[in-house]
Amino acid sequence: MEKIAVQVDDLTVAYNYKPVLWDIDLFIPEGVLMAIVGPNGAGKSTLIKAILGIIDPIAGSVAIYGEPYDKQRKMVAYVPQKGSVDWDFPTTALDVVMMGTYGSLGWIKRPGAKEKKAALEALEKVGMLSFKNRQISQLSGGQQQRVFLARALVQNASIYFMDEPFQGVDATTEIAIINILKELRKAGKTVIVVHHDLQTVPEYFDWVTFLNVKKIATGPVKEIFNDDNLTKTYGINYKVAINK
Amino acid sequence: MSTPQIEIQLIAAVVAVACAIPGVFLVLRKMALISDAISHSILPGIVLGFFLTHDLNSPWLILLAAITGVITVVLVEAIQKTGLVKEDTAIGLVFPALFSIGVILIAKNANDVHLDVDAVLLGELAFAPFDRLELFGTDVGPKSLWVMGTILLCTLVLLFLFFKELKVSTFDAGLSSALGISPIVMHYGLMSVSSITVVGAFDAVGAILVVALMIAPAATAYLLTSDLKKMLGFSILFGVASAILGYWVANLLDASISGAMTTVLGLVFLSVYLFAPRKGLISVLYRQKQQRTEVSLLTFLLHLNNHQDINERHINHLNEHINWQKVRSKTVVELALKNNMISIKDNIVSLTDKGKEFTELALEYIITNKDEKIEHMKDDFFLFRG
Repeated sequence: MEKIAVQVDDLTVAYNYKPVLWDIDLFIPEGVLMAIVGPNGAGKSTLIKAILGIIDPIAGSVAIYGEPYDKQRKMVAYVPQKGSVDWDFPTTALDVVMMGTYGSLGWIKRPGAKEKKAALEALEKVGMLSFKNRQISQLSGGQQQRVFLARALVQNASIYFMDEPFQGVDATTEIAIINILKELRKAGKTVIVVHHDLQTVPEYFDWVTFLNVKKIATGPVKEIFNDDNLTKTYGINYKVAINK
Repeated sequence: MSTPQIEIQLIAAVVAVACAIPGVFLVLRKMALISDAISHSILPGIVLGFFLTHDLNSPWLILLAAITGVITVVLVEAIQKTGLVKEDTAIGLVFPALFSIGVILIAKNANDVHLDVDAVLLGELAFAPFDRLELFGTDVGPKSLWVMGTILLCTLVLLFLFFKELKVSTFDAGLSSALGISPIVMHYGLMSVSSITVVGAFDAVGAILVVALMIAPAATAYLLTSDLKKMLGFSILFGVASAILGYWVANLLDASISGAMTTVLGLVFLSVYLFAPRKGLISVLYRQKQQRTEVSLLTFLLHLNNHQDINERHINHLNEHINWQKVRSKTVVELALKNNMISIKDNIVSLTDKGKEFTELALEYIITNKDEKIEHMKDDFFLFRG
C-alpha cells in the first residue's frame, strides 16, 4: 500500500463554540495533487490551518508521515491566502521568498548566501527573477501569488498546502502555477490545494476532497468527482452547472 | 552648552531611539493605538511600584509597570475575543479603567511625594539631570540616562537577534506559525519591550507624549521607504532629530521640552506627508493630474483614429465632439503637438505616423486587457509627460 502523507483523525474545530469542522477523518496518500472543494464557510482554509497547527482543534489529531506536525515542520510548506497579508509591508519580492527559509534556519540564525541562492532559484522558477528587488505593493495580483509560490518552493518540502493560489490571477499565471504544481507531483511531492473553480478540477487534479463542515467524500477525481458528491456538498443539483 | 543641557539632549535622543524601534513594528502591525493604551494603563503599575520601592527609577518599578502594560494587552484581546466589541472599543474600555485606578491611587496616597498627575501626563525632561546616579560614591550621570540607556541596549540586542522573527511574524503570522516561529511569543515579546520602553520614557516625556515618540517617527519613515531596515533607520533619525530640535525650540520659546519635541515630530510628519517623493500628497496629486491628462490624450487620439471625415477633426469643433471644456482641450492638443502625435493643417487635426502607431498599440493593449503595458509604452513614445 502507498504511504499516507497526511492523516487526520476525528478533527473538530470550533469558533466561539460553533463547529466549523466536524469530526473530519482524512487520509491523503503520498504523491497526489489534491483539491479541497466546498462552498464558502465550509471550513476549507480552517482545515489547512488546523493541520498546520495555526489554530488549535478542540478534538482530534493530525499526523504528517505518522508523526505530529511539530516534529515534521520542515517537510511541510504553506501558501496562505494572498489576502491574509498586508502587501504594503516595506519589503521586496526576494525578501518575501527568503522568509521561506526561516523555518529550516530556526530561531536567531540569519539567512546567508545559500538561502539567497535558493530564493533566487525559486523566483526564477516562477518567472519572477526580474522582479526580485521590486517592492511587493508594486506587483500585480498574479505576481504576488507567484512570489508566494516561490516562497513555498524555497522551503523544499515534501507536502505543500496552498490556500486558493488561483484567487485573482489571470489565465497565464493560473497555467504557470498549475504547471509548477504538476511538476511538484511528478517529483513525488504531495500537493493540497483549496480550490474554487469546479470546472477545472478534473483537468488540474488527480485527487479531491469534498468538504462542507463535515467531510463528504475523498478519493481519486476519476471515481468520486460526480454530480452526486457535488450535490451533497453544495446542496444544489450540479448537473446543469457543470455541463453548461 | 552647559552640562545639564547636553545631558537633557542626550536623554531625549536615547528616549527617541528606544521608542522609535518598537514603534516601527507597532505601526506595521496596525497597533499604534495599543501604545496609547499601554502608556496610560501603566499608571497603576507605576504607583504601586512606587509605594513598594519609593524610587521612580527602580528596576522593580519598571518591571511592575511593564507587567501592567502587558496585562492591558491581554485584557484588550480578551474583551475583543468575546466578539461582542471591536478592538478599538476594547482599547477604549481598558485603558481609561486602569488609568483612573492610577489617578485615584495617586490622589489618595501620594499627595506628598514627587508623583503628581501633571508629571505623569507630561513628564519633565528639564528636571532629569538633577536626579543623579551615584556608583561607589561618584556621580556617573543622570539616573534616567542610565535607565533609558539600559532599556535601549536591551532593545537593540533583541532587535538584532530577532529581526527575522519580528519581520516574518509581522508580515505573515500564518506562515510564521507554520514555520515554528510562534507569532504569539513575538507578539508578547514586542508588547513587553514596548511596555518597558514606555515606562522608562514616561518619566522623561510623560504618558501622552511617549506615544508621539513611538508612532510619529515610524509613520514618517513609512512614507519614505519600502525597506524595513531603512524604515528603522529613518525612524531613529527622525526621532533623534525631532528630539534635539524640539529641545532648542523649547529653549527659544521658554516652553515645555516634551511639548516642543512632539510639535516638531508633528511638523516633520506633516512636511514628509506633503513632500515625500512617492507617497507624498503633492506627488500623488501631481501624478493624478498627469494621469488624467494622459488618459484624455489617449481618448483624443482614439477619437481622431476613429473619425476620418474632416468635420469631425476641425480644431474648433473638437470641444463639442468630445464634450470637453476649452481649457482641457487646449492642454491635450498642446501635449499631443509637443509629442509629435498630431499635426494641424488648415485647422484640421490629423494623426502623425507616430500618433497612429501609439494609438493602435494602446488600443490593442486595452482590448487584450493589458492596460498596465500602456504605462511602459508612454516611456517609449512621450517626449513630454502630461
